[in-house]
Formats: sequence, C-alpha cells, structure tokens
Amino acid sequence: MSLADTATLRTRAEEMGLLWGLVGLVALLSLLPIGRLLIEGLAPGGQLSTTALGKVLASPATWTATTNSLVTAIAGTLLAVLIGGTVALLATLTDIRARNAFTFCFVLPLMIAPQVTALAWLQLFGPSSTLLKLIGMAPPLGSRNPLYSREGIILLLGLQYAPLVFLTLRAGLRALPKELIEAGLAAGASPLTVVRTVVLPLMTPPLVAGIALCFVSCLGNFGIPAFLGIPGNFLVLPTLIYQRLAGLGPGVLSEVAILSLLIGVIAMAGILLQDFMMRRRDFRITTTSSATRPLELGRWRTTVEILLWTFAILVLALPFLGLLSTSLIPAFGVPLNAATATLGNYAYVLLEHAASKRAFINSFLMSSGAAILIVLICVPLGYFIVWKKSRLLRLLNLAAELPYAMPGVVLAIAAILLFLKPLPLFGVSLYNTVWIIVFAYLARFLVLGLRPVVSGYLQIDRTLEEAAQVAGASLPRRLITIIFPLVAPAAVAGALLIFLTAFNELTVSALLWSSGAETLGVVVFSFEQGGDSTYASALATITVLVTVGLMLLTTLFAQRLPQGVLPWRD
Amino acid sequence: MARLTIDRAVKRFGAFPALDEVSIDVEDGEFLAVLGPSGCGKTTLLRQIAGFDKLDGGEIRIGERLVSSAEQHVPPEHRKLGIVFQSYALWPHMSVAQNVAYGLTVAGVRDPERARRVAAALDLVGLNGFAERRPGLLSGGQRQRVALARCLVTEPSLVLLDEPLANLDVHLRASMEEEFARFHERTGTTMVYITHDQAEAMALADRIAVMDRGRLLQLATPSVLYREPADVTVAGFIGDGMVLPVMVLSPPQGGRCKVNVLGIEAVVRCRPDQTITNQAKLCLRARDISLTSAEHAGFQATVERLSYQGGHFRLEARVASAPDMLLHLDAAEPALAQPGDAIAIAIHDGWVIPEAIITRQAA
Repeated sequence: MSLADTATLRTRAEEMGLLWGLVGLVALLSLLPIGRLLIEGLAPGGQLSTTALGKVLASPATWTATTNSLVTAIAGTLLAVLIGGTVALLATLTDIRARNAFTFCFVLPLMIAPQVTALAWLQLFGPSSTLLKLIGMAPPLGSRNPLYSREGIILLLGLQYAPLVFLTLRAGLRALPKELIEAGLAAGASPLTVVRTVVLPLMTPPLVAGIALCFVSCLGNFGIPAFLGIPGNFLVLPTLIYQRLAGLGPGVLSEVAILSLLIGVIAMAGILLQDFMMRRRDFRITTTSSATRPLELGRWRTTVEILLWTFAILVLALPFLGLLSTSLIPAFGVPLNAATATLGNYAYVLLEHAASKRAFINSFLMSSGAAILIVLICVPLGYFIVWKKSRLLRLLNLAAELPYAMPGVVLAIAAILLFLKPLPLFGVSLYNTVWIIVFAYLARFLVLGLRPVVSGYLQIDRTLEEAAQVAGASLPRRLITIIFPLVAPAAVAGALLIFLTAFNELTVSALLWSSGAETLGVVVFSFEQGGDSTYASALATITVLVTVGLMLLTTLFAQRLPQGVLPWRD
Repeated sequence: MARLTIDRAVKRFGAFPALDEVSIDVEDGEFLAVLGPSGCGKTTLLRQIAGFDKLDGGEIRIGERLVSSAEQHVPPEHRKLGIVFQSYALWPHMSVAQNVAYGLTVAGVRDPERARRVAAALDLVGLNGFAERRPGLLSGGQRQRVALARCLVTEPSLVLLDEPLANLDVHLRASMEEEFARFHERTGTTMVYITHDQAEAMALADRIAVMDRGRLLQLATPSVLYREPADVTVAGFIGDGMVLPVMVLSPPQGGRCKVNVLGIEAVVRCRPDQTITNQAKLCLRARDISLTSAEHAGFQATVERLSYQGGHFRLEARVASAPDMLLHLDAAEPALAQPGDAIAIAIHDGWVIPEAIITRQAA
C-alpha cells in the first residue's frame, strides 16, 4: 500500500515537474520579452506615462500602416492558400509524374529569405535588371518597377508563403486513410466531389493551421514590404517601426514597443479565430490504413503537369536567375556577357571576407541548435496542450505566437531591453554574444515547431498512449518510446521549417549581431547596404545552393527515416 | 488474480451522470461482461477501472488496494492491469515482438527472459512466425491477437477488454471468442469484458452486468439474466423479450403463479415473494408462446409478417384485443399461417418482472 503510494506520488511529481518546467520555459521565451516590451511601452524608462501611447495612437501614420498591414496580410494569405492549397491537392492526391522533384522545387522558395526574394524579383523586372538586359528587354531607365506597389507586396507575400500552406496541408493529406476517399468514390461521387465533400472538410485542421501560420508570417514579414513598399512610401507596421527606429529620437523605443503590441493584438485575433474553428468539431482520423491511392487525372494529366512545372519555374527559376546573373557581373549595372562574367564575387565572400566565412558557421549552428531545442520543447508541450487539455498551457500556446507574429526587429528590441544589463544571478551579459540571438530564435520560432506538432497530436489516436500507460510506462518513458516516434513526422517537419527560416533570417539578427556573432543574413544585408549588390547576390546564391545541397543530402538518408518525415518526399 | 470491487461509483460529465452509483463485485478469476447499448456508461466504467479518468464519488478497489475514489487516484501506470482496446492500439513504429515486449521492458525484464516470454506469448496466440512484422501489415484478427499477447505477457491480475471484437468480421469473432474463453480458462485471470453484443456476453461471461444510462440494471449469470430479467429494460434488451401488462392472480407456489394476460389465464414463473397485483409486467420469450388450434386456450391475433430463419419462421402477430402490441414467435416449417390470417396464440411460460424489488443481490 505505502509502496504504491510513493510510486503514485512520484508519478504525480514527474508530471507536475514537467508541466511547470514547460510553463516556465514558455513563459521565459514568450511572456518575458512581451512583458518587457509592455513595460517599455507603458512606462518608458521605468516612468509611468501615456505620452508615448497617445502620440502613437493619434498618429495617422499608425492607422494607415495598420490598414496596409491587414490588407497585405489577408490578401497575401488568400493568395498563398489558393496557390499552396491547389498545388498540395494536385501534387499529393493525383497521379502526376515526378512528384518528388516537383515538391522539392515548390518548397524551395520558402528557404530563400524574404528580402532575397524581394531583391531577386526586383532584379527581374526593374530597368537595371541584368537578366532583362541580357535578352535586351529591359525597360527604359527611369521607368517605374511595377513591383513597387501594394499589389507587388501581396504577390510576393503569397508566393513566399504558399509552400507553408502546401507543407501543412500535405502533411495532413498523407495521413488521410484511402478508405475515406474510396468510400466516396464508391458512393458514386466524382473525384472532384470527393475532394470537396470528404477531403477538404477533413483537412480543416492542417488547413486552418497553415492559414494561421501564413497570416502571422505575412503580418510580420519585413523583407518584402521593406524592399517593395518603402520606395513608394507604402508602409506596413513592421516597416513603420523600422523607419521610426532609424530616426532614433528619444523615446523611440517606447513608441516602437506600442506599435509592435498593436501587431500582437491583430495576430492574437487571427489565432483566437483559428482556435475557435478547431474547437467546433472533432477532426480525428484513425490512421490504421495505408496511404491514399492517387486519383487518376486521365487525359488531363499532361496539362496539369505542364501547368505545375511552368508555375514552379516562374516562381523559382526566374528570380534565382536574376540573383545569379547579378552575382556574376563585376559591378552593378554592367551587362552580363562572356567578357564580363566573373566568379570574383564568390571568391571574395568565400575566401577573403572573414565575417562572411564566420557567418556560415554561426548561422548553421544557431539554426540547427534552435530547431533541435524547439522540437524537444514542443513534443511534451503539445502533449499537455492537446491531450491533457492543460488550460494554462493553452493560454501560453497563444502567448507563444506573439514573438513570431511580431516583426523580428521588435523581438530583437525586447531581447536588447532584457539582456542589455547582466543577468541577475549570474552576472554575465548575453548582449554582444551569440546567445542573445539563440534566445531570440527560440522565442521567435517556437510556434513554427509547435503548430505542426499540435496538429500531429490532434490526428493521433490517444489509445496508443493509453496502452503504454497501462503497460506501466511513466510519462517520460511514454514520451520517448511512444509519443515522440508517433509525432516525429510532424516534429521533424516543424524542425525543418525552423532551420530553413532561421538559416537565412535577417530581421532578428540585424539588431542583435556583434563582431564574431554575424549571421548570413546580416552579411548579405551589410553588402547590400554598402552598395555591393554583386557580393550580396553572390553570398545569397551560395546560401541558396548550400540549403538546396543540405536538402538533397537529407534525401539520401530518407530510406532510414520513418515515412513522411521529409516534407518534400513521398 | 484479483478481486475488483466497484462501490457506488459516480462519474459526471458536466450535469450528465455517466455513472450513477454503480456497484459491482468481481470475484477472483471471474469473467464479467458489461453489456449495454452505446452511451450506457460501460466505456466510462472501463476508463474508471483503468484510471484514465478520475472518479467523482464512490470507490474502486483492485484486490485490497484502493485505486480510485473522489480523493485518491492511482494513475493507470501503477494499476498493473492489462487492456485490449477496440482499436487494438498497436504502436505502428514497433515490430510485433517490440509491441509485445514493451510491458516487460518497462518492468525491467531483460533478455533472455524477456525474449522467452515474448515468444511464449506469441506462441499462445498462434503468431510465432510474425515477430518481426510491422502491425500495419497484419490483418484485423492478427492485430487483435497481438494486442492480446501484449496485454497478457506481463501476466496482469486483471484484464479489461473494450469491445475487442467490434472491428472484426463475424467469422473471426467466433474464433476470437473461443480464444478469449481459452485464455480465461488457462490463465484464470480476472476479466472485465465491455460489449454491446449480448450473444458475445452470453457465450463468454460467468456473469453479465447490464447497464443503461449510467445505471447498473442487473448483475447476474447469463441464464438468470435471460430467464429472470430484473426490469422492463433488461427484459426487452436481452433475448428480444416481449413485455406485456399482466395481473397476478395467485400467490407464488413452487416458483409459479397464476396470471391473467390479454384476457386469458396462464401459469408463469415468478419470484417467491411476488405479491398479488394487477399492475405487473410479464416478460415473454418467443419460445414461451406458440400457435394453438384450441379456441379457448389462446388469444386472438393477426399475422403481420413472416420471415424465414432457416429451419423455422419468425412470425409476427398483432394482438386483437391490444392492437399496439406486436408479438413474435417461432413457427415450424412449413408455415401454418400467412400474413393477414387470424390465429390463436397460447402462453406456456413467462416471467413476472419483479419491478419494485431491489435486485442487486440477484446473483
């Protein structure tokens, strides 16, 4: 009797310890920076004052930027859902050929940093486009680049984040048992009707998760509106903040904090809507059967294949060619031909420039470290949120969205405010070290790992865990031996998204880097700022190639991984 | 082997009472079936015994150990019981052998002891060639056998089975039923078997607990349950019983009493303490009534429907004096009556339902 009681107490202690550990960790990563920002917004420099608040709310620029943010984020999300959703359905459910290759190409743009995308697209259309000059189609000097507009921003946001919707929806489609589709077909429904009435309703959780992810990404995107909007004075909230910061007047930190809290409110509204929609129905699928048999497109197959590949080439190959062509010329504006083409830019960034060499190592270690740590946090976190229905963690789940919904510059400011002074007990300062960037990555990308994991939990039959519990396994053991393998596909998908996003990330590190702690994004940005577009393009090209190389390398090990772990492979 | 004692268990979901003062005492080595329609609370009961949910009132003891009460809750991992789930709940990332070995690994049993016991368990369910397979590649019956082997390899003293045959086809059910019976015989483990299928419950169980809307209606052996249902719901649910209003005319004598049913007199079974009343209910089985040619021995009815059952017909007839009453009986081949024919029905046997009497001790 007493023996059993100590075992029961130990189990309870383990669970409570884990729960409170997670609560503490999430609070540290999400609430602490937000709280610090809040204090700075309401009580600048420790003095309670509403001057800054009133100033920000009275400014028409605030509301213009808010409207612009909402319009571009919603329209960009719609475009991304339209593109990513259609492509996910076609590439996952139908019998198109070369599916792996297509998926690989379609997911690629997600890995290119938004500012690099923007840069590449601008190179493509502008009057000084190296590529258009090459084929003699460059518009006359002085003509306006059509991408410098609201529509240009929406277009690039949609293209940038379509793979995000694609990935989440595809992960859901892969878990769909074939019987559900076959039952619909057998009932006499056409494939299109089955997709509309069976597949799409069941895909609500991944679709809603994808939409939420896409919306907060568009809302917080800095690179695209910075490159396309600032020249035409079309400001969204992140670029407004950036401009205010650039002004660097007194009290600017508090104003910026208020603006970022405004974005947080908008993101929270979107997330609450998602939470509400998910709670209305039970979408669980018992996955006891094999994967879906592809729907036959018949005579439409070739047409669909041509359309898909044309699209992939348009959004992937053309901007990349723009980047590549700029990286091969000795100076910006020089036309590219056999006589001018040079690899000098590459030699410089790879061999001569010390900071750019360091940046490769820094970015790789920090991105992979953040991805691994976040997965280790998200698997138990998702367990408590979804299965234990811990109310506290559900609230923290919402809080975890904030650092990602906010523009990176704002999280960076919060981190600076937090870590400028030495840490209380330890007496060391994280400021000016790589650790402040690692902290910001963990805080910012936590939600990228959490969303797919939560969505994964929602689709797992919980009796699998209960069976292990009855077998006598403690929670830590169940997490390691049963739960982690079951959510691994979702978790690895999340880790990959984190790595890819962090690897070329700029907006956080732009304000947090220090000598010795440069990231790739910072070095590319510095080159671009200094007018060295050719170096910037060369380095951006290398980062794209390295990322593609890493992806290809992981596909070599795909056989050893559980099925469905690599998002771009069948 | 362990006694399982459920004492006035209460579980509420919001205002809805999923378990309403349920008390069941399961003996060492007994095979108890919990039977009821979906939503009756049987799965809730299983989850309470397993410890997945916390009890709002009452107690559950396994052996002498208090595992559940409103104040105390031993988590499932410390209850040392086995469960076979309806969905099998086999871990897809492990082989059959790894699935079966899991409980042993958790308990700290190491090879070669572990390997020996896994092999023995797989041998017992007839799956010795399947150790390295993945569960996803097995048929439904094979998965169920793996689940059974996984549950029994740790030799739990109490095994819970949650509708284990619900996902299998009829042919497989019969052979798995046999398997469960054989297991119970061989291991002597206390088993609690949740099902909505009374044929399954009747075939397997020592005793059956019939539940409805969170309440325990009757706990008895299959034979008592069939012959002497404790209330109208059980009478109607078990064995397709017909319930008719009846007047009890005489005090019981040798377990029988005289009654008036539908205007005719009959002698039927009843409890020894049955009182004379004109407000009782009678439970009739198809085999308790038959067609009769004698005018006064039976009551008038009209044949409504005939359906062939193989060897005999099921005859449904509407009672002339009570047109809302539909009776059914077995009629021999060849059929003596056709739909629309007027017939007379005689009553040979029946059971006066002891509605008002507390029947918890009926077992």
